[in-house]
Amino acid sequence: MASLVGSRVERKEDKKLLTGRGKYTADVNFIHQTYAYFVRSPHARAEIKKVDISKASKAPGVVAVLTGADIANDKIGGLIAGWRIKSEDGSDMKVPAHPPLANESVNYVGDHVAVVIAESLDEARSAADLVKVDYKILKAVVKTKDAMDSEQIYKDIPKNMCFDWLLGDRAKVKEAFEKADKVIKIDIINNRLIPNAMEPRAANADYNPSTEEITLYTTSQNPHLARIIISAFNGVAPENKLRVIAPDVGGGFGSKIYPYAEEVVCSWAAKKIERPVKWVADRTESFLSDCHGRDHVTHAELAVKNDGTFLGFKNETIANIGAYASVFGTVTPTYLFGPCATGVYKMPAAYTNVKAVYTNTAPVDAYRGAGRPEATYTIETLVEKAARELGMDPAEIRMKNFPTEFPYQQTLVHSVDSGDYNAGLKKVMELGEYESFEKRKKESESRGKLRGIGFCTYFEACGIAPSPVVMMLGCGIGLWESAEVRFNPTGNVTVFTGSHSHGQGHDTTFAQIAADQLGVPIESIEIAHGDTDKGPFGYGTYGSRSLTVGGTAIVKACDKIVAKGKRVAAKMLEVNEDEVDFNNGEFVVAKSNKKKTIGEVAFACYLPGTYGEVKSPLPDGEEPGLKETSFFDPANFSFPAGSHICEVEVDQDTGETKVVKYTAVDDFGTIINPLIVEGQVHGGLAQGIGQALYENCHYDNSGQLITASYMDYTMPRADNFTDFNLGFTCTPATSNPLGTKGCGEAGAIAAPPAVMNAVIDAIGTEISMPATAEKVWTACNKKNKNSEAA
Amino acid sequence: MKIFNYHSAKDVKEASKLSSSRSAFLAGGMTTIPSMKLGLASYKDIINIKGIKKLSGIKISGKKVTIGSTTRHAEVANSKEIKKAIPSLSALAEGIGDPQVRNRGTIGGSIANNDPAADYPSACIALNAVIHTNNRKIDAEKFFRGMFETSLKSGEIIESIEFAIPQKSSYQKYPNPASRYAIVGVYVAKHKSGVNVAVTGAKSCVYNDKNLSDILSKSFSADAINNTKISASGMNSDIHASADYRANMVKVFC
Ligand SMILES: Cc1cc2nc3c(=O)[nH]c(=O)nc-3n(C[C@H](O)[C@H](O)[C@H](O)COP(=O)(O)OP(=O)(O)OC[C@H]3O[C@@H](n4cnc5c(N)ncnc54)[C@H](O)[C@@H]3O)c2cc1C
Repeated sequence: MASLVGSRVERKEDKKLLTGRGKYTADVNFIHQTYAYFVRSPHARAEIKKVDISKASKAPGVVAVLTGADIANDKIGGLIAGWRIKSEDGSDMKVPAHPPLANESVNYVGDHVAVVIAESLDEARSAADLVKVDYKILKAVVKTKDAMDSEQIYKDIPKNMCFDWLLGDRAKVKEAFEKADKVIKIDIINNRLIPNAMEPRAANADYNPSTEEITLYTTSQNPHLARIIISAFNGVAPENKLRVIAPDVGGGFGSKIYPYAEEVVCSWAAKKIERPVKWVADRTESFLSDCHGRDHVTHAELAVKNDGTFLGFKNETIANIGAYASVFGTVTPTYLFGPCATGVYKMPAAYTNVKAVYTNTAPVDAYRGAGRPEATYTIETLVEKAARELGMDPAEIRMKNFPTEFPYQQTLVHSVDSGDYNAGLKKVMELGEYESFEKRKKESESRGKLRGIGFCTYFEACGIAPSPVVMMLGCGIGLWESAEVRFNPTGNVTVFTGSHSHGQGHDTTFAQIAADQLGVPIESIEIAHGDTDKGPFGYGTYGSRSLTVGGTAIVKACDKIVAKGKRVAAKMLEVNEDEVDFNNGEFVVAKSNKKKTIGEVAFACYLPGTYGEVKSPLPDGEEPGLKETSFFDPANFSFPAGSHICEVEVDQDTGETKVVKYTAVDDFGTIINPLIVEGQVHGGLAQGIGQALYENCHYDNSGQLITASYMDYTMPRADNFTDFNLGFTCTPATSNPLGTKGCGEAGAIAAPPAVMNAVIDAIGTEISMPATAEKVWTACNKKNKNSEAA
Repeated sequence: MKIFNYHSAKDVKEASKLSSSRSAFLAGGMTTIPSMKLGLASYKDIINIKGIKKLSGIKISGKKVTIGSTTRHAEVANSKEIKKAIPSLSALAEGIGDPQVRNRGTIGGSIANNDPAADYPSACIALNAVIHTNNRKIDAEKFFRGMFETSLKSGEIIESIEFAIPQKSSYQKYPNPASRYAIVGVYVAKHKSGVNVAVTGAKSCVYNDKNLSDILSKSFSADAINNTKISASGMNSDIHASADYRANMVKVFC
């Protein structure tokens, strides 16, 4: 059988998803179903003086109206911050209480105040209008940059500061800067984004009073984590009485990694009223209450020698984490950001200082790339500026500072196991026709357009993550992954993974791996995930971890299957175990025609004995059945890297900016399915280009979300893009047996700086994201005026 | 969405009779239904007028193009006759929203709604349109009264819109990157009697830029307006575009 790893197998899940046969949380209905509608704060910051539910409770169809007081009475715990960060002075981060239904105060528009549960959604929504909340409106803190000098939101949190974190060595950096010929400086904003998964968040919780079990269907990237948090921290039900099912999920991009207030409230309420409670977000609720992404204000400096050698790097960032510290809200701007901020380069000295601030905006958490896009945007716009100021070619300055020997110990944290950054950059320059750029630029000019080119060479740390390392850094959980490979008696296979597929194509990629490992046709393999009652505990999908960590667990479990298979086959073939080899699904004895297929061996494991024709005694002491579990904890992160080149064209009259050529060469280590990997890169690029040119979350000064619908939030569309030209290089990862590195976030990490460097090259002046038509037009005008004046 | 009574009117008379201050006609529903779903509007009665045959269709005669009020944007975009008579008008229809919107939304609904960023109102002004209702004929210049405001009276139904076929015309739009409505749309039409420059998106209501119209009536060339300054005063300013940017776009597109 030919190896499936590396081949463009079409996605097994697409037929179901594209023909409307997927099953999403909103599709699930229980008998005696009730519907929840949340009363949300219309104010960014207010004290709750009184919640009057008397009218709403009597409205038609209403089953229950529950408030923060009920949550407190029932001692339901608050939502948690999952990662404990310490400040530079050694103090612990400061975290405000975050009850699932607000009790004393509301802290962003959309904050949960009460829930109305009724026989129909319309009735719930109408009754919600009758819940009277008496607010004392307080001045809201909105702007990231001003948060530390604004009103104090929480009594015990001075300067609205969650932590003031340092990674690196300030003294060494100071020394390095003293030796510099030149210091390059930038002040940048990493614009706040709203994730916008295609499927809005939803939850449907059913409670069985006789078994005291709750079944929660939810839109989760991580059902096991949802279960442990809802049970251990919120205290809704013990883990063994809580089953969490994340069925088909229509995208997450980070926003569905962890449970939100709605899941906790639906589970708790279902138990309280002894009826199933269903909530499905409408689109505006998603805009208001999904965790947002990015939102950094950064000042960074690079110390260089005149020949382009980098000497040192400083990064001073204010990160807005919103009104509350969300589960991964504190690690995203720290350990996922700081270590990657020095980019792919040799950087003798560096530090990153992050001040995380609370504001009266939705919580900010991991969003595709999580910290690494912010890091890459910082270093890559800085490096390109250095090239401009030193009069060097942007490729040359990069190559000069690439490490060439691996493993490479970076200045901050990571030991990068493998890579070849020169190869990637050379390849992208060839594929992207860098040499003939001037010709294309002239052609654009002949049509009255400005053309610019921008580079980005990035690396990122993903394959999250080695548990001992992350726990040492403050993570409240391990981040290994599990797999269970279960042979059915008739020879087909179900593989359970603790990761979760919500667009990534695990049903196909993982089946390719298992098919190769077990020598079973891919059609005979089913991948199962998303149900805490089916497979073993796992940590879900995010941080480009599923393949490197979860896929490896599958390989390990398959190894155990083969090991047992050998023992059983040896007994069946009446030879010693060490005489048996396993290839292509067959246990064979060298230099003989003796063999058993893995299907025959599986059958024997389930019928251990002699019965008519069936002669399949198991070896002494061998347990029947053929099912193996593996838990894999990686020794290191994985480090995908790549080089992207973007070309843009700018219309000076209107400021309209278009990506006209985009070339990406990525090193994801071993590629299991190029079709899926290319799709992941395309999606990532769309989000990255979206951030650079279109998307922007806008709160006004009072904390109202202005971009709360697609009328105002610019989601990029197909006609905003050009064809993407993709290439790959491969240096296998050494930290997992497959050699894979992860590809899910790369596009969103690399594209923003590549696009913005191209825009800056085109218009000849710095500009912030998103480079909207008006901003570009204004920047061009200003520059033209300045040059006229000069 | 709040509960409402649904009626399907068999003719204009019935539709008009059913209407009140708490009703809406349902043509394409592309404005009405989203507003109801978002809780921005609620009605006692929804009166479907899509079943009234006489309200739909395209007629070309001599110097006029007449479009029935419930004719969908897609029909105008794809009409061979309109493409020949006033190509800029079918191009305008082709640029409204997305295929789903164009397959449901209607010209009558669009002008009755008079969204300051809608496309069709500019065509009405530039193409000297006459709006035919069940009671009277209204000149476009008098029809559009202000933001979401027209001279339609309660119970009055647009039956058709009659456009004058110009000698030359063009519609240019800079779409809002999010909604794709016009941030600025400029419709320039040259008639025997003179040139109209109709602008949508820029202010609270579509308008005829008399100054630009006069200049281009005298000399119909791009250079003629080179030294004309467009004032940003009274123009909209929002997160997508400032008044200055809109003023610039009016000039660029003219
Ligand atoms: C996603 C989206 C994008 C859009 N993009 C654009 C765009 O780019 N440009 C643009 O111009 N528009 C755009 N629209 C609006 C679209 O063109 C609508 O179709 C139009 O505004 C309303 O037409 P309708 O037939 O859907 O009217 P309806 O929603 O059915 O009715 C709207 C109003 O008009 C009244 N009405 C309808 N017909 C008549 C009649 N014959 N006589 C009197 N009153 C009547 C109704 O009472 C109601 O108050 C967009 C809409 C959406 C949803």
